[in-house]
Amino acid sequence: MNRPNEPQRGADAAVVAMLKRDLMLLLRQRGDVINPLVFFALVITLFPIGISPEPALLAVVAPGLLWVAALLAALLSLDGLFRSDFDDGSLEQWLLAPQPTALLCMAKVLAHWLLTGLPLALIAPLLGVMLALPAGSYWALCVSLALGTASLSLIGAIGAALTVGLARGGVLLSLLVLPLYIPVLIFGSGAVSAAVVGSGLAAHLAILGALLAVALMLAPWAIAAALRISING
Amino acid sequence: MRLCLEARQLACERDDRPLFGQLDFALGSGDIVQVEGPNGSGKTTLLKILSGQLGDYQGELFWNGVSLRQNRDHFLANLLYLGHAPGVKAGLTALETLAWYQALAGDIPSEDTSLEALAQWGLAGFEDVPAHQLSAGQQRRIALARLLLQPRPLWILDEPFTAIDRNGVALLESLIQAHANAGGCVVVTTHHRLDIARLGRIRLGVTGE
Repeated sequence: MNRPNEPQRGADAAVVAMLKRDLMLLLRQRGDVINPLVFFALVITLFPIGISPEPALLAVVAPGLLWVAALLAALLSLDGLFRSDFDDGSLEQWLLAPQPTALLCMAKVLAHWLLTGLPLALIAPLLGVMLALPAGSYWALCVSLALGTASLSLIGAIGAALTVGLARGGVLLSLLVLPLYIPVLIFGSGAVSAAVVGSGLAAHLAILGALLAVALMLAPWAIAAALRISING
Repeated sequence: MRLCLEARQLACERDDRPLFGQLDFALGSGDIVQVEGPNGSGKTTLLKILSGQLGDYQGELFWNGVSLRQNRDHFLANLLYLGHAPGVKAGLTALETLAWYQALAGDIPSEDTSLEALAQWGLAGFEDVPAHQLSAGQQRRIALARLLLQPRPLWILDEPFTAIDRNGVALLESLIQAHANAGGCVVVTTHHRLDIARLGRIRLGVTGE
């Protein structure tokens, strides 16, 4: 016992374990996975009723509507990202693990995206049909949402980490995060609109990819720092 | 090499209210220290500072003679901290929780040793039950099973006796004693009267009152 202890395995095992644990937990509490999808579907079904069932009119607003609804659905799911770990004491435990905290944060965000962002991107074409989205823009919708929601998860996780210690952090989280979501929204819905009118959408997707690359580089450190601040509060 | 956690002139303020000040102590192999004090005297805060979670303090902390802020990785690899909340996920079974903790700490997960540790804490037969179906005391026992599973020289335990029954208390006391005898070091907060030989004490909340 007098010998100093050294970790026997690297950080990769810890990251995999974190990812596996979060996926398992989310799949066991299916509500957390299904709620954003139901919200997305409900909001989209309301628009043809509220505006007009006219396909020509809907097709013009569809890219923006789909993107705004998906963004809000993703935002809705963020509040719980670190909350349960904070409440049951697991958060302080994994912050104290002899592993790079940023990598563990990445694993958590990846699990969150796999079970919220990706499903949102996958059901979006179905809802696009309801909004009479022209054929040929469906794959643009899927790809832009898949890329965009990954950035949204990363950026949103910073806000979730900052507000995890607050009892009613939900509204504050939205206020913190929504301004940062705007670039993603502009280029995401821009990509779908470009596909609708048939002009090139490569530029929009490239910018979405660039936003994701920047988020991937910076967000994990910011999330880790925000969690340290929250736990000190 | 003798492991040692040393505090020099440690002081902490929260919301402009001094919690404690001028704490000097050195904890080494074989030491068991009970942090005492009334509610709100800063016991949990002190333990969070000692475990490197809280950076908002005055004074210096040293781990093996090197400042804790510079020696953090080595320190964390040698620390087992059990907080106020047990850190047991309601949706996971005891075995899954322990496997996660082992992977997180860089240990090689082993189901046999996990089962053994759980059995010693009286959780045989509950290994595959989700923790939300277990009592508060049983959840605490899952967390305490890590003491058997993850050999770390320094234990920092915040109210580890919460919710566990008389047998559990006796087992934990014997584990703490055995750990110290084997050259480990234990810092513990509790309002419980510990039945342990050679118990050191740090008293908080007695100055300035």
